[in-house]
Amino acid sequence: MNRDELRSAIVAALTEIAPEIDPGALDPAKLLREQVDLDSADWLNFLVALHARLGVDIPDADVARLTTLDKLVDYCSARL
Amino acid sequence: MIEFRLPSLGADMDEGKLLEWRVRPGDTVTKGQVVCVVDTAKAAIDVECWHDGVVQRLLIEPGTTIPVGTPMAILREAGAPEKQIERSIAPSPAAKPEAPPAPIAAPVAAPIAAAPSPAPRGARRRISPVARRRAAELGIDPDDVPAGSDGTVTLDDVERAAQGRPSHATAKAAAPVVPPATTMAERAALMRRVIGAAMARSKREIPHYYLAEEVLLAAATAWLAEQNAARGVSDRLLLAPLLLKAVAVALRRYPEFNGYYRDDAFSPSGSIHIGVAISLRAGGLVTPALLDVDRKDVEQLNRELLDLIRRTRAGSLKSMELSAGTITVTSLGEQGVGTVYGVIYPPQVALVGFGRATERPWAVDGGLRVAPVITATLAADHRVSDGHRGGLFLAALRDLLQNPRELTTSGS
Repeated sequence: MNRDELRSAIVAALTEIAPEIDPGALDPAKLLREQVDLDSADWLNFLVALHARLGVDIPDADVARLTTLDKLVDYCSARL
Repeated sequence: MIEFRLPSLGADMDEGKLLEWRVRPGDTVTKGQVVCVVDTAKAAIDVECWHDGVVQRLLIEPGTTIPVGTPMAILREAGAPEKQIERSIAPSPAAKPEAPPAPIAAPVAAPIAAAPSPAPRGARRRISPVARRRAAELGIDPDDVPAGSDGTVTLDDVERAAQGRPSHATAKAAAPVVPPATTMAERAALMRRVIGAAMARSKREIPHYYLAEEVLLAAATAWLAEQNAARGVSDRLLLAPLLLKAVAVALRRYPEFNGYYRDDAFSPSGSIHIGVAISLRAGGLVTPALLDVDRKDVEQLNRELLDLIRRTRAGSLKSMELSAGTITVTSLGEQGVGTVYGVIYPPQVALVGFGRATERPWAVDGGLRVAPVITATLAADHRVSDGHRGGLFLAALRDLLQNPRELTTSGS
């Protein structure tokens, strides 16, 4: 899976949780939770959806630093 | 013969528009089954039927707006001689040998059973409210839109389907399945109006009083961190279920905050169903309930809360969840402010609020340390309780949260 495919998979997991977002409007370098207004339960649901799609189970200790779409892509691509 | 009526959809909803039937005449219905989808100012709601029976007639056409309490269908008592087993195993939406229903609301319209339905019944697809509205705007039947891998139809799916089939709108125009849509702006205005009406009634009728207490969360967050270190994402615990559990256990000792005030009298509720305030990203708020919170452990509450929030976002809440709450908890999460004073959701008599948990200086044993602290508030009804009892309730809540281990296993 290349970076673009990975990015699409992550965005798809995000739209499962937040169906009303416009994926095209996301800035990959900006804080994701501020752009999409995800609360902690949405965020956890997003991580669960990501796990289901990619098989990447992100440990609790790593979650706090995965703040942007770019960082998520980097993190997941290193673990696939 | 049983009359199935549109059930209550919560205090701020007194009508709904039937979007679609999920059963047809001749179908067997079991207690708790979703039989239709009704649109409200806030969201599309799956409406359950609380009887066992066989659908005899559907009385309301999709697209019709009806008040709560309106008869929607006639059911035959369960145990009728005719067995419906084959139908439930292999649904065949196209052909139904039974006598066609006689719609009384609109005699000119085609019989309901004749409306084609490409998606097999029973396979529940979730359609987000925005996706449903967009589909209606585009003249697309949402059932024709291919869902994502998890069965949810999103706005994206609808737009894609619209691009792929430009002529679809005209093809469907002759027999619209979805009623004419309101725009997003009209929708937001309508939701604001119903929330405003319910909250105005609350402030007019309920003499609120407010209390606040700072609650040390050092033990709770340490317990969560310890638990979550070894857990995968699917089992990871949030703080919110722990807060909800503490509220429920405290309510058992202070029942005057749990129940309904109706007809000049308070009736405490035997069950503790907590309405959880969930803000919608497009604006507005819903408060679906987690049921029997005092009797469930934190693991189960965690799963159910995540599911409730996911379904709220995806637009598949059930009618019962919207009307069952015996108290409401609002939690601003980590992106909000420190303190929230709530407005009671009538006919309930109390609302518990949690602000954002933050690191604050905290005096311990004559010294000072920095610790996670959350502000818990209570808005309660003076017709039912006084500040003294409210204070004891909040203190009980505070103390319960100091022993998360005990809390997680208590009461089940």
